[in-house]
Amino acid sequence: MTESTEPTSSTVDGDVLVDVQGLEVHFPIKGGLVLDRTIGHVLAVDGVSLRVTRGETYGLVGESGCGKSTLGRAMLRLVEPTGGRVVFDGTDLSALRGESLRRMRRRMQMVFQDPLSSLDPRQSVESILVEGMRAHGLDRDRAATATRLRELLSSVGLPASALRKYPHEFSGGQRQRIGIARALTVRPDLIIADEPVSALDVSVQAQVINLMADLQQEFGLTYLVIAHDLAVVRHISDRVGVMYLGGLVEEAGSEALYADPLHPYTRALLSAVPVPDPAVEDRRERILLAGDLPSPAAPPPGCRFHTRCPWRQPERCDTERPELREVLPGQRVACHYAEDIRAGRIQPHEVRPELVEAGATGPLDTSAAGPASVTEILGGP
Amino acid sequence: MSSLALLDVRDLTVTFHRKGARPFTAVDGVSFDVEPGRTVGLVGESGCGKSVTSLAIMGLLPRRGATVGGSVTFEGTDLLTLSASAMRERRGRDLGMVFQDPLSSLNPVVSIGLQVSEVLERHRGLPRKKAMVEAADLLDKVGIPDPRRRLSEYPHQLSGGMRQRALIAMALACRPRLLIADEPTTALDVTIQAQILALLAELVRDTGTALILITHDLGVVAGLCDEVNVLYAGRVVERAERHALFARPRHPYTNGLLASIPRLDGARGERLRPVRGSVNDNIPWRSGCAFAPRCPNALDVCRLVTPEMVADGPGGLLRCHNPVVHTEEVTA
Repeated sequence: MTESTEPTSSTVDGDVLVDVQGLEVHFPIKGGLVLDRTIGHVLAVDGVSLRVTRGETYGLVGESGCGKSTLGRAMLRLVEPTGGRVVFDGTDLSALRGESLRRMRRRMQMVFQDPLSSLDPRQSVESILVEGMRAHGLDRDRAATATRLRELLSSVGLPASALRKYPHEFSGGQRQRIGIARALTVRPDLIIADEPVSALDVSVQAQVINLMADLQQEFGLTYLVIAHDLAVVRHISDRVGVMYLGGLVEEAGSEALYADPLHPYTRALLSAVPVPDPAVEDRRERILLAGDLPSPAAPPPGCRFHTRCPWRQPERCDTERPELREVLPGQRVACHYAEDIRAGRIQPHEVRPELVEAGATGPLDTSAAGPASVTEILGGP
Repeated sequence: MSSLALLDVRDLTVTFHRKGARPFTAVDGVSFDVEPGRTVGLVGESGCGKSVTSLAIMGLLPRRGATVGGSVTFEGTDLLTLSASAMRERRGRDLGMVFQDPLSSLNPVVSIGLQVSEVLERHRGLPRKKAMVEAADLLDKVGIPDPRRRLSEYPHQLSGGMRQRALIAMALACRPRLLIADEPTTALDVTIQAQILALLAELVRDTGTALILITHDLGVVAGLCDEVNVLYAGRVVERAERHALFARPRHPYTNGLLASIPRLDGARGERLRPVRGSVNDNIPWRSGCAFAPRCPNALDVCRLVTPEMVADGPGGLLRCHNPVVHTEEVTA
């Protein structure tokens, strides 16, 4: 790995496909009885910078409400960013309008969590798959399209007879395969997969994970995988970014992140994931976080995590928001005391849970509905 | 074994009837027992009958359209023979239940305090004021900060984790001897899940409540259950003490499930070995083993003869013609 002095690119070599710079998505909170006034903002994504290299799988993890789905959508401009920019293969997406943006979208596709609600129940599989090709002028020759569709279906492991069927005739895993095939029809460079396997049973989940790995090899795809399941993300990703309350708190190679997590939140998150092995479970030490996620409408000052952090230090953590900085080669952490915590110079202490007003978070309090996303509630897919 | 048991489920069968459709047996001869202070896990994927089993135990299945067979003996009484009103008396007092989605299991227009105290008024006959004081204690015990203020709040004002805690507080209000938790953490984030699981483990340890934990997550089972029942298509296919189950899964289905989960501490980049096909592949089946169409170990006999439950290893039960052989066992 080549070391460069640029602050955000030390682990990334030249071939950057997506360069996200200080991206912000702030949703207005409307209020007032008669006048529709903006009374505040939900800081769903608040200054995220990351780079995705061509051909790699970048995993984005975090709990519900951390802004990971919004970040993924903002990268494709499916939600309009309120600040920062996204440079896709040398082109600044925020400068594109109308037709040029539409044409650029061919190269970036999305796979959604719930395959049933993201497929039109009244369209046959063939019509679902051809739609995108037609929109991008890839459906010129009938015979060629038919061959292409059959090839695609066989690469995602479905029989050609599936073309004439409708989404309800398939199982969850098969539907997700259709969703993936749809993304592939337009020969994209980047696929953003938002919770691609979390709606599936474990035995089927593994099939789809393997399929995605095969397709990456076959078509030279770049993935950005958004997921809340840390074990899945570790398995498929080359690099992983951990989000908390709208910001990246840690970013590292998959192996390094899981072997030596530096940010207190990453540590707590990893220690909370159950491992299907009683021998390991009995020995593990859990870092139990107190309390809930604070509201992104009124994020705590200073470090976003300080209200729940067992390693919190007086003064600095409460007032100064830590920058994402490189602590180990290739490992960026947003924590003032990452080195001290790693060396054991700061010991964890008891945290009293602070009250979190769930009512105040309003639409963001989606924790009961599982890994939902801000955008689904605010704007729809 | 059954003399010690608090709950003894024998040959539980649940069949659903629908006009114009063939009757569907969702739970087919499930037997297990639970001793006080023990945690028994029911694990399986969607459609394996784990939730229907718990609803049948609690007497919460609709009277029409569902036939329940077998017996569910709780301290010498067969719960299946009780009248609806007698069962209502038991639920909430002797039997508590925690559901998956706390928002839809709580009444949105009744304050948390009233919902918790209602249980105490109904089953322990406490007057409202006393019940409220006790409700605050319960909320405190399950780790809800500032419980007195929470009493007057409504479910939508609580976060997902807090709602689940409130639900656990309700289930525990009358110190039930059996608690059934149906996917209690599935809707929660991992850090909140860890809090709730720690809370459940503490409750079992401190109060001696027996716990039936229903989940699809083998990781949760590994941390919490003493004994695990793996369900497939309405039947228990394997039962074992948790260490044995995870170290030496005998049924090809259990083995397949474990091999298909990416592990946080496993080797990375290794390909997962999924179970082929999906659960839908085996419904309906007439004879033979339900897992046979997806089983890598399937023999001809598997498609013809339904395997019986046989003893396997210390305390283990297995329903398979051709179980997975672990090499270290052969040499030992």
